[in-house]
Amino acid sequence: MSAQLVVPPAVSAEPGPLDLVRTAVSRTLTMCLVELQKLRHDRTELVTRAVQPALWLLVFGQVFTRIRAIPTGSTPYLDFLAPGILAQSALFIAIFYGIQIIWERDAGVLSKLLVTPTPRIALVAAKAFAAGVRAVAQAVVVLLLALLLGVHLTANPLKYAGVVVALLLGSAFFCCMSITIAGLVLSRDRLMGIGQAITMPLFFASNALYPVQLMPGWLQVVNHINPLSYEVEALRGLLAGTPARLALDYGVLVAAATAMIVIASVLLPRLARS
Amino acid sequence: MTPAVRCSGVRHAFGETVAVDGLDLEIEPGEVFGLLGPNGAGKTTTIRMITTLLPVPSGTIEVLGRDVARQRTAVRRLIGYVPQQLSADGTLTGRENVALFARLYDLPRRTRAAQVTSVLEAVDLADVADRQAKTYSGGMVRRLELAQALVSAPRVLILDEPTVGLDPVAREGVWDRIEAVRSATGMTVLVTTHSMQEADEHCERVALMHRGRVRTVGSPAELKSALGPGATLDDVFRHHTGDDLAGDLENGGMRDVRATRRTARRVG
Repeated sequence: MSAQLVVPPAVSAEPGPLDLVRTAVSRTLTMCLVELQKLRHDRTELVTRAVQPALWLLVFGQVFTRIRAIPTGSTPYLDFLAPGILAQSALFIAIFYGIQIIWERDAGVLSKLLVTPTPRIALVAAKAFAAGVRAVAQAVVVLLLALLLGVHLTANPLKYAGVVVALLLGSAFFCCMSITIAGLVLSRDRLMGIGQAITMPLFFASNALYPVQLMPGWLQVVNHINPLSYEVEALRGLLAGTPARLALDYGVLVAAATAMIVIASVLLPRLARS
Repeated sequence: MTPAVRCSGVRHAFGETVAVDGLDLEIEPGEVFGLLGPNGAGKTTTIRMITTLLPVPSGTIEVLGRDVARQRTAVRRLIGYVPQQLSADGTLTGRENVALFARLYDLPRRTRAAQVTSVLEAVDLADVADRQAKTYSGGMVRRLELAQALVSAPRVLILDEPTVGLDPVAREGVWDRIEAVRSATGMTVLVTTHSMQEADEHCERVALMHRGRVRTVGSPAELKSALGPGATLDDVFRHHTGDDLAGDLENGGMRDVRATRRTARRVG
């Protein structure tokens, strides 16, 4: 046995606000690294998850481009659609993190993580941004596919940095929403039902597939409170050059992600106690 | 000397069901201590309170003098925890599984890799450390989890039924590593088990819980001799739990049974 094992650990006082921020950043980076390690070991997920966005672009996108059923001004419909499919792909990845956390509870992983000196909020933030890392990896595949289909995408690397940030924030929000629902319903079966029930309505009640102006009044109201719409608007503005209120979009995404991280971290111990 | 773990008047209820009912317990530093009892006796609830997973609504629990209700972060830095389920991530390699916990315990970057290798050697997994954990046997996964719990050099190692679902050879392998680590580091080991044979062979002292209370505490030899010549720890168990075993199974035991079945399925 190595002598290193006999070194007693440092015992710190309860963390202050600065420690909390430092720990949250450190844990988030750690969990993101783990997501990348998992993706490196099993790349099949990247391919299988790309099937659905590919179908949306190849089938829905190409057909609706030809029939010109959806007026998108001077922007070709496929160019209009690609950022929406990017956001949808990230949404579908993030929304099932609640199921993953229930699996982690059942497998004892959550207990093990909660026993480490990691504040709950840091654990949730780490999960949230780990979902974002997965979404960004998926986005690379979707964007390559979009390029192959002739979608006109920006060449500005700064705008791609903005795309990464928007995907991270959007994924963080939906991942934490899923963890919040998991903390309320506590069971995998119930969560799967709710996840399926809310995912498509979130997608259809956003500007991912069609301009807001085409929506009926009530749907426009829902669209305005749906963070997915702000994510899509930012992605579309950055990638396709359509008009976007980037300050508002990022402001809403930051506020929504922060609020949902806090709510999910309040409910996380409930999940562990069940 | 400050006890490794001290529980005073601890009570915990889930609704109407009282899981732990006035628990008093002291575990000395450096000992291997077994917490025994039938399903629903309150062992897992006790462990979950000590590990800060459950609140302590009544009474106090201290780990090396630190109150688990008020000094949670300090307590978490002192303990290593191996849950009942096999919980290593099969997608990651053994080394990555341990490195994750090294980071979560803020081990300095300059010593982290060496510490990870050191614990993997300690549990005899160094040769397979770069293989994905899903290729490991049940016994190897349990030893990997031991490495995860040990990488932060905890002062108190807490194991919730560490050998459930393992074959006899794998069980011995796990106990050999626990004893080797304990003798090398002097850390305290708190373990729950249903196996009286394991408790008899490996624990220096045991406490027998029943209906949320500690019914008897002592070394296996003391408890057996108190019952009479030729008594086994199984006899001690039966003596203190009496005819209530069936009732306790109904009283909250289903969760234990489900967890054990899940673990057994994962072990194969």
